[in-house]
Amino acid sequence: MRVKGKVFRYASNVDTDVIIPARYLNTSDPQELASHCMEDLDATFVASVTQGDLIVADENFGCGSSREHAPLAIKTVGISCVIASSFARIFYRNAINIGLPILESAEAVKGIKHGDVVTVDFSKGAIINETTGESYTSEPFPPFIQEMMERDGLINYLKEEVLQ
Amino acid sequence: MSMTMSQKILAAHANVDEVRAGQLIMANLDLVLGNDITAPVAINEFAKFGIDEVFDNSKIALVPDHFTPNKDIKAAQQCKQMRQFAHAKGIEHYFEIGAMGIEHALLPEQGLVNAGDLIIGADSHTCTYGALGAFSTGVGSSDMAGGMATGKAWFKVPGALQFNLTGRLGPWVSGKDLILHIIGMIGVDGALYKSMEFTGEGVASLNIDDRFTICNMAIEAGAKNGIFEVDAVALEYLQAHNTKEPKIYSRDKGAHYEARYEIDLSTIRPTVAFPHLPSNTRVIDEVGNIEIDQVVIGSCTNGRISDLRIAAKILQGKRVNPRVRTIIFPATQKIYLQALDEGLLKIFVEAGAVVSTPTCGPCLGGHMGILAEGERAVATTNRNFVGRMGHPASEVYLASPAVAAASALSGFIANPETIKES
Repeated sequence: MRVKGKVFRYASNVDTDVIIPARYLNTSDPQELASHCMEDLDATFVASVTQGDLIVADENFGCGSSREHAPLAIKTVGISCVIASSFARIFYRNAINIGLPILESAEAVKGIKHGDVVTVDFSKGAIINETTGESYTSEPFPPFIQEMMERDGLINYLKEEVLQ
Repeated sequence: MSMTMSQKILAAHANVDEVRAGQLIMANLDLVLGNDITAPVAINEFAKFGIDEVFDNSKIALVPDHFTPNKDIKAAQQCKQMRQFAHAKGIEHYFEIGAMGIEHALLPEQGLVNAGDLIIGADSHTCTYGALGAFSTGVGSSDMAGGMATGKAWFKVPGALQFNLTGRLGPWVSGKDLILHIIGMIGVDGALYKSMEFTGEGVASLNIDDRFTICNMAIEAGAKNGIFEVDAVALEYLQAHNTKEPKIYSRDKGAHYEARYEIDLSTIRPTVAFPHLPSNTRVIDEVGNIEIDQVVIGSCTNGRISDLRIAAKILQGKRVNPRVRTIIFPATQKIYLQALDEGLLKIFVEAGAVVSTPTCGPCLGGHMGILAEGERAVATTNRNFVGRMGHPASEVYLASPAVAAASALSGFIANPETIKES
């Protein structure tokens, strides 16, 4: 699988309260959540994001609450991949469980700026900055997680592996 | 191979003799928790399994505590969905308004947490139960759905940091100050993916409520879980609340810790986390003159009886600053009643504070004390991110109940040591 899009670049410690503020958690409707994605950090995000765009951020992306609404809002708004130097652990888990592609690569994060166009080839773990021509690699997921992602998330995996 | 306390609990629940850091395991769960925000998403995911029954209706807890009593129509719809699911599946531990308390204070009090348990909750502060020697960790709604369907969850076995405590805390200094000090020292990702294990002779001097507060905020350092060695204090609590035999897992001699921190409790000062990260800490002596508009005392972090007693001791016979809206939330109905019996609620009301029914409410900017643009609050809660308690241009300063109560009287962030008892 390959994705390509323009980059929204953020700093460290982007927390789930700015990804989707709690005042909107009285619903679990993905479209409604997506319409407020990143609102308290970047008020122009929803208006300027297009299908396939990427988020690139520094350390500890998704810290804070366990709300799965956060990766769900990011996925539904059209983001094809989040690349960060590191992820907070519950966000990391939730993203994998719901099938939002995420990659850890400090090297890529260092070389990618806001507005750059980036291609990601998931099968090779390759990240290509089309704007600068530089390319980077990310750590491949362990086989267990790859298998879960291939089955489109946790629920299908458990259905087939545990309940059968 | 030597294992940490957390690793031993995981190994036991994966039915293997040993696990090592980084290993991926599938483990059996003792309890699966959800609330009115996370459970509706999990219930929708659960439907995708195409099964009628949950794995065990006595091992699921559903607590409508976040936007309750229902703050608006949408919140009411979410609670209705959770209530109907609980009734349809015969969930034993569903807590309706009137029995409901803030989940992480409620579950231990109801005897649903035992030493040695493996617990997941669709709430990041599920790590609280490490105070009783359980491995408990926050997950998302899909994991909660998977847990409800199968009784299992996947885990990457964490490495660990050891916090070896000596000495004892000074007057007006609490577990909250200690955990804020630690987060300030190691950062909001200082324990990322890891366990925080608290050991040493200093542990004995920390009461159980302090330990709940400390484990509660392990997530604010990025940790997977926080856990204390089970001692007489923990056993006394367990015996008073739980009928099951505790399973005590001690760390092996030679267990590997990626770092070991020595902390002399007597050196900890009242500590405040400034906006907008829990790691942005300053000791009370260095906070300067910060005027405030609101004080919140409560939450899963600091809404327990010892917290209320400390606040009452400071507020007794005094009036809060007329500029400061002071809102106090006992965390459960039992704590509420205990505070009533002890005369604490009278002290609060006479001091000009309001006392609320248990709810997570303002901690996450839900209801019952939202901040306007430019307003500042001192709160005994756990997060001070941008917009956490309301307007994106408002500010939250995290502190202990003692600092919060002293600040309510003063109108600015205040040192409880300077307040004269009356």
